[in-house]
This record gives sequence, C-alpha cells and structure tokens, in this order.
Amino acid sequence: MLELKRVCFGVRNEKGSKEILKDVDLTLEDRQFIVITGPNGGGKSTLAKLIMGIERPVSGQILFNGEDITDWDITRRAQAGISFAFQQPVRFKGITVKDLIRLASGDKALSTNGACRYLSAVGLCAADYVNREVDASLSGGELKRIEIATIIARQTTKLAVFDEPEAGIDLWSFHKLTHVFEKMHEEQRTILIISHQERILNIADEIVLIADGRIQKRGTRDAILPELLEVTGSCNFFKEDEA
Amino acid sequence: MDEIQKHLLMEIADLHGIPEGAYNIRSNSKSIGRASSANIEIVSKTDKDGIDIYIKPATKNEAVHIPVIMDKAGIKEMVYNDFHVGAGADVVIVAGCGIHCGSDTGEQHDGIHTFFVEKGARVKYIEKHYGEGDGSGERIMNPTTVVHLAEGAYMEMETTQIKGIDSTKRITQADLADDATFVVHEKIMTHGRQQAETGFEVELNGAGSSTNVISRSVARNSSHQLFLAKIRGNNRCHGHSECDAIIMDDAKISAIPEITANHLEANLIHEAAIGKIAGDQLVKLMTLGLTEKEAETQIVNGFLK
Repeated sequence: MLELKRVCFGVRNEKGSKEILKDVDLTLEDRQFIVITGPNGGGKSTLAKLIMGIERPVSGQILFNGEDITDWDITRRAQAGISFAFQQPVRFKGITVKDLIRLASGDKALSTNGACRYLSAVGLCAADYVNREVDASLSGGELKRIEIATIIARQTTKLAVFDEPEAGIDLWSFHKLTHVFEKMHEEQRTILIISHQERILNIADEIVLIADGRIQKRGTRDAILPELLEVTGSCNFFKEDEA
Repeated sequence: MDEIQKHLLMEIADLHGIPEGAYNIRSNSKSIGRASSANIEIVSKTDKDGIDIYIKPATKNEAVHIPVIMDKAGIKEMVYNDFHVGAGADVVIVAGCGIHCGSDTGEQHDGIHTFFVEKGARVKYIEKHYGEGDGSGERIMNPTTVVHLAEGAYMEMETTQIKGIDSTKRITQADLADDATFVVHEKIMTHGRQQAETGFEVELNGAGSSTNVISRSVARNSSHQLFLAKIRGNNRCHGHSECDAIIMDDAKISAIPEITANHLEANLIHEAAIGKIAGDQLVKLMTLGLTEKEAETQIVNGFLK
C-alpha cells in the first residue's frame, strides 16, 4: 500500500517561490489501478517523481507498505519494488537496448531471447532492436516503448508508476499499450499512471483529478470525466477577450 | 613467457598464447617469437630497431599480430614498424603494447607505425595500450601512426587506452588519394594524475576521399586530456571529426578541432562535446535498482564500449 500524507512540494527561483503540490493526501491499495489526470502544470508529474524519490517533498510523509520512505533515496525505493517509467525516456551512448533490459531485469545472464520477450510485449520486433544503442538513433516512439519494456522486465515490481506512457507512441495501437497495463494488473501489481488518454482512463479502477496542485476529485470514470472537462475548459482570458 | 607476460598479452591482444598466422611478439626489446605465412612476411630492419611487414597483393582474411610487452624496469625504446599492404588485400592487423611496472624505475615505449596501403586494399588496425603493476615508475607510451592510403584504399583504426598508462602522446597522420577512406575509433580513459594527448592530422588529397575520426574519452580524478583533430580538405571530399568526452572529479579536458577547406567541394564537419554524466542517466539507472556508483560504472563502461 502507498500512502501520501499531507505532501507539499514547491520550487524557489529568482522570481520567488511557487507551490506545486499542496497538502496532497492519497492512498493506493495493493493491486489497485489508478490513473491520475488533470490539466498541464497541475502537479501530476511532480507527484510521480515524489513517489519514486526523484524529488523530495518540502513537508509531509510517504509510506510504502507501512514503512516511512520519505527519506529513502531512489535506489532503495526501486529495490523495495517501486518502478518508474519516464515521460521523456533517457538516452545513453553505448548502452544497448539489451544492456538496459538486462539491468532492469536484474538478471546478469539475461539471454537475448529473454530480452526479446520483453520487447515483443511492447510491439517491437526484438531482432531489430536488441543490439541497438539507446541513443539518438532511436525515435521518440521507439524509446518510449523500450522504456515501458524496462518496467515489464522488472519482475520485482510491486508498484509501477508511468508518467504519460502514451505520449509519442501514436503508431503503436493503443490496444497493445492498454494490454500491457491490464496484464500487469492481472499479475497483482499496483499501477499508477499519469495520463490524459480516455482509453487509459477507461481501464482504471479509479481516476484521480489533480489541478492547481491539489487533488480535486477521486472516483470512477463516469464521475470524474465531466468534471475534468469543466476544469480544462475554463479559459477566462480568452472569454474576456471575446467579450 | 611467464605469467605477467601472458597476462599482458591477453590484455592487449586477446591472445592466450601464440597466435595463428603471421606474428611477431616483442618482449623487453627483443623478438621472442616470429612467424611469417605464405602471404605475409615479417623481416627485421637492419638500419634501426623494428620490423617490415610485407603483405602480398590480394591476401584475404589473414591477420597479423605484433604485440609488444615490457616488464623489465628502466627500458626505453623507440621502434619503427612499417606495413606494406599490397593492392586488393584485406587484412586485420593487431598491435598493442602492455607495460608491467613493478619498480620505481619507469618504462617507456615509443613506436612509429607506418602503413603503405596500396590500391583498393582494406586494413583493419586494432591497437590497445595497457599498463599495470604496483611500482611507482612511470609507464609511458608515445605511439605515432602514419598512414598513406592509395586510390580506393580503406583503413579502419581502433585504438584503445583504458588503463594504467601514466603519460601518452599519440600522433596519427594520414594522407588519402582518390576514393580512399580512413576511419578512426579512439577510446581513452585516464585516471589518477595521468596525461593523455592525442592528435590527428588528415590530409584529404584525393577526389572522393573521406575520413571519420571519432574519439570517446573519460577523464577521472586529476587527469588531463588534450584532443586535437586537424582535417584538411584539398579536393572534393568528406571529413568528420567528433570528440565526445565525459569529465569527472577534478579532471581537465581540452578538445581543439580544426577543419580547413582548400577546395570548393570539400565538405567538413567537426563536433566536440565535453560534459559530466547526465543526471537523468544516473536517475534512470537508479530507478532500476542500481546505486549511484553502479550507475556511473555502467554509463562509463557503455560509453567506452
């Protein structure tokens, strides 16, 4: 179980300080599948990074399976079973797709066939990719699928966090992407996805709406979707201009 | 050969013993083994220290190994090796130098390798430099490579210096005739207080000639590296040089690329980038359960692979 208790996060720069998340309380039961959605700039990605330990909260507490992990570093959280798929996957010169999958799997002797299995799951023809470097020669969409494959390869995952997994994979049928999440769900893993995609919202147990750094609402798809349109559709500036 | 020598040989040439085909093994300034083959003849120079390697025209799929190993304190040597590669040949040449320094007196190997690659011949040249031993004497290597490529000739040079050389100044010079190609992949890692200087000078004289010089390096601790690449386009040609370096700790790296076009249709590009390991690369590997140190090792090893 993942619990966020009164989590606050902000940044400070020369222009002053800005609050990004305000008193966020969120509980995820084991094997739950939730999607976090909401307008851009609302704090969704920050929330995902706080769970992985990439950012640390200014105040509040994060608990994972009853343990306070607020001060744990990324490595310790990963070893405890939290996985994280980047919104913008990282490129590496010289590290091959197989190297990355092998590191993710934790199996030093991972065979090419083993790596291929994970790549096939994200719709990549493995033979074309295993020996390629995870560098600028890969397109954004290819990189995104490889990123998702690294999460599938992590057999120790208890909680998987995906930050906008659908971005940049237009050519990959959504059917396959949603199938990946459903399969992970069937395998009894807890899933948290940041997404704007209706098809992903449709397969979640629950949807959490975040806007202006706060959880605005949590509930089923039918309860949240109308509210989402209301939040994202309000542009006072444009309306005033029209008047 | 004793165990130290065997180990050096394995590090620089992946050899577990005497290689097949033509070879010359030089140990502490003396040839301790030599063989010529039907197509490749190795003979000692008479006017200076070194060997001539004659590869007959149209020799295919053969390799020559000429490793140098040193483990005796105080040796300083200057060696001239000339490679005469006949027209249409296609060969692999494996050179390299391993130094084991177990005392306070240093060891130094300076070598000048000159390649005469005839029309249409192809050469893959692999050179690895390695130093070890717990003596405080300096391990110094200064390799010079001079390459003359005739019409349509192709040479690919893979040079690696990953460990243990305290000071190196490597010079590579090449001149290319029509449609000749020269490709270089250089990998260097320095640590401690090591110094490495590497300079390339390529003259693209022939129409349709091309070169691609790629250097990847990692400088750690208080080491210094200097990368110089000069490419001159004297005809219709393509030239590209790339220096990609990771800087760590208190190291210093300079990259000075220079391209000169002396012809309207010379097409020349240089790229140079120096930077520390990207934070998001470390973060990604840490999200897979690696510690920061393990992530750093993976990134550096991949970069220099």
